[in-house]
Amino acid sequence: MFRIVQNRRVFLAISAILIVASIAAVAFFGFREGVDFKGGTMWQFRTGDGDINKAQEVLTAEFKGTEVKLSYASDGSVLARFPEIGEADHQRALAALQARFPAFEELSFQSIGPSVGAALRNRSLLAIVLVLIGISLYIAFAFRKVYQPISSWKYGFVTLFSLFHDVAIPAGLLSVLGRYEGVEVDSNFVVALLVVMGFSVHDTIVVFDRIRENLLKDRGREDFSDVVNTSINQTLARSINTSLTLILVLLALYFAGPASLEFFILTLLVGVTTGVYSSIFVASPLLVVWQRLSLKK
Amino acid sequence: MKRNSSLLLVLIILLAVAAGVFVYPKGIGSKWREWHLGLDLVGGSHLIYKVDLSEVKDTERDSVLAGLRDVIERRVNLFGVSEPQVYLARSGNETNLVVELAGVKEISDAIRQIGETPMLDFREVAEAGTSTEFIPTILTGRYISGAQLSFNPTTNAPEVSITFNDEGAKIFEELTGRNVGRPLAIFLDGALIEMPTVQQQISGGQAQITGKFTIQAARQLVERFNAGALPAPVTLINQQTTSPTLGTDSLKTAIIAGIAGTLLVMLFMLIYYGYLGLFAVIALLVYIALTLAIFKIVPITLTLAGLAGFILTIGMAVDANILVFERVKEEMKKGFSRAAAMHEGFRQAWPSIRDSNTSTIITAIILYFFTSSFVKGFALTLFLGVVVSMFSAITTTRLLLDVFAKDKKIHKHNE
Repeated sequence: MFRIVQNRRVFLAISAILIVASIAAVAFFGFREGVDFKGGTMWQFRTGDGDINKAQEVLTAEFKGTEVKLSYASDGSVLARFPEIGEADHQRALAALQARFPAFEELSFQSIGPSVGAALRNRSLLAIVLVLIGISLYIAFAFRKVYQPISSWKYGFVTLFSLFHDVAIPAGLLSVLGRYEGVEVDSNFVVALLVVMGFSVHDTIVVFDRIRENLLKDRGREDFSDVVNTSINQTLARSINTSLTLILVLLALYFAGPASLEFFILTLLVGVTTGVYSSIFVASPLLVVWQRLSLKK
Repeated sequence: MKRNSSLLLVLIILLAVAAGVFVYPKGIGSKWREWHLGLDLVGGSHLIYKVDLSEVKDTERDSVLAGLRDVIERRVNLFGVSEPQVYLARSGNETNLVVELAGVKEISDAIRQIGETPMLDFREVAEAGTSTEFIPTILTGRYISGAQLSFNPTTNAPEVSITFNDEGAKIFEELTGRNVGRPLAIFLDGALIEMPTVQQQISGGQAQITGKFTIQAARQLVERFNAGALPAPVTLINQQTTSPTLGTDSLKTAIIAGIAGTLLVMLFMLIYYGYLGLFAVIALLVYIALTLAIFKIVPITLTLAGLAGFILTIGMAVDANILVFERVKEEMKKGFSRAAAMHEGFRQAWPSIRDSNTSTIITAIILYFFTSSFVKGFALTLFLGVVVSMFSAITTTRLLLDVFAKDKKIHKHNE
């Protein structure tokens, strides 16, 4: 049996450091918003020789006075980002690029007006709020039966906290990536966070269910922390395996899948991995900490 | 019971094999029914137009919008695009018109032609000293029911004859009656093209636009009027175009990643759970075939995000098996016989399988209703995948265990 509860200080400290770092990253760096939130143009193309500087020259000349940012996508194509333009400007710039690069190939072009972006951002925020409410109701439902020595709402609260944990860490990562790698946060990012919430809340509930079951059987003969540790160990294989199968699929998508989904998959990957960690090493140990604190009073 | 299980299992396997043949992209299945793939997988354009309703009365909004949609649909159909989609999307007070064009090579041409719509309107003329003022009237292209190319009998110049619908005819009659002996201005796309003097009140709703057209320009105008003039102006506010190259590439890599992911999951199940894992592998194959068949029958337009959602459910579908197998292991440790352990395992694991999918289902439903069309594809496949997996993993695995695991046990008893 693994002594998880007994070594909780180490595990909780790791989480605390990661969460504080994530919150600090989001607070200081913020997020780099993608074109689908703030409006703008995202243009993906291949120049043939892959020379980003020449493309930069052409586009800077075409769009005087506006900032044109170029970067490489993970498949070697060029990503250009600049403010929203109309179809006429698009055609003009396209002609200029085609004239400069004989093997020019347009892969995708996306130009979004600021109002569309704002609407999408608002709806994403609404979706986040609704998913939070939905999952909270689900948690309330899951913990509707009350058992001692720790009251039902505490399980719910700890579950919500571990949800926050699972979402905060990938959010922090994307914030850091935005600052140093220019990675943008778009509606896919929001979707990934919501999927992480929906997926990882359950592992925590499985462990808690087992804790309550064992408490009922045990009827206070054993120390609470021992019951919790036994429960974690009993459910360890299923907590890890159910997430591991998803992680395997995500790894395949990350390394072999389409480049445009790269950061969507990365967010999911980090979130689901954090979810396994939190359901084993954070949620249940926190219950023990809480119970100890209330005993001291 | 055993015979029933065997029969049901055979049925499910046959159904899955049939589904597998049906969904396989090359073969009999595709002759019967094609896969519906999203614009981001086949290449195409997703265009959002903002509709300017400022000149339209509140009571007429719905009919104007419906008319606009129909007009653009007819116009888009002229490009010969396969299955173009034109629909209205309301968000708050704003109404947008969405146009989806798949596989158009010259997207920019198509965009230009949708945008280059004849906005025809008649304006009254007020002479104020040397300057001429044009006063807009309510008579616009939306009252036109048809147009024809004709030639002026004396000068032989091409003309465009337009016919108004009943309502338009009444307005035109009233307008010409009010302006006998005075000029009436005809504007096309906001530019004055003609200012004939009204000779007499015109009833019957017929009008000629003489202009100075070439035959080709007149013919094009007639075509567009017959497709319908736009009842309200539109502006392109959002464009998302994917080249067929990138689309095909995304599709290919997503499928490769999906297959790789599935194999990894199967390998893991076999290594960790041994012969039990084999049942999970069969159940997973059944799940994949059945779910894809459902996608194809409904039909669901598979986008890249939708495909990603489905691939994720492959990793989630075996969760039900894992929960059952872990329970079975526990029951066997308690000293139950294998058959009893399996029975108990299924019984006890069901609530947690149901619960484990509930939160994902909640998320998928909310995502479906509150986000953009691209996220919808993801939410839909995620939702369907999770629902199907709940039942397929349980039913298939249970039948497999019923049939094969019990056989072994009975065999031992006989020995």
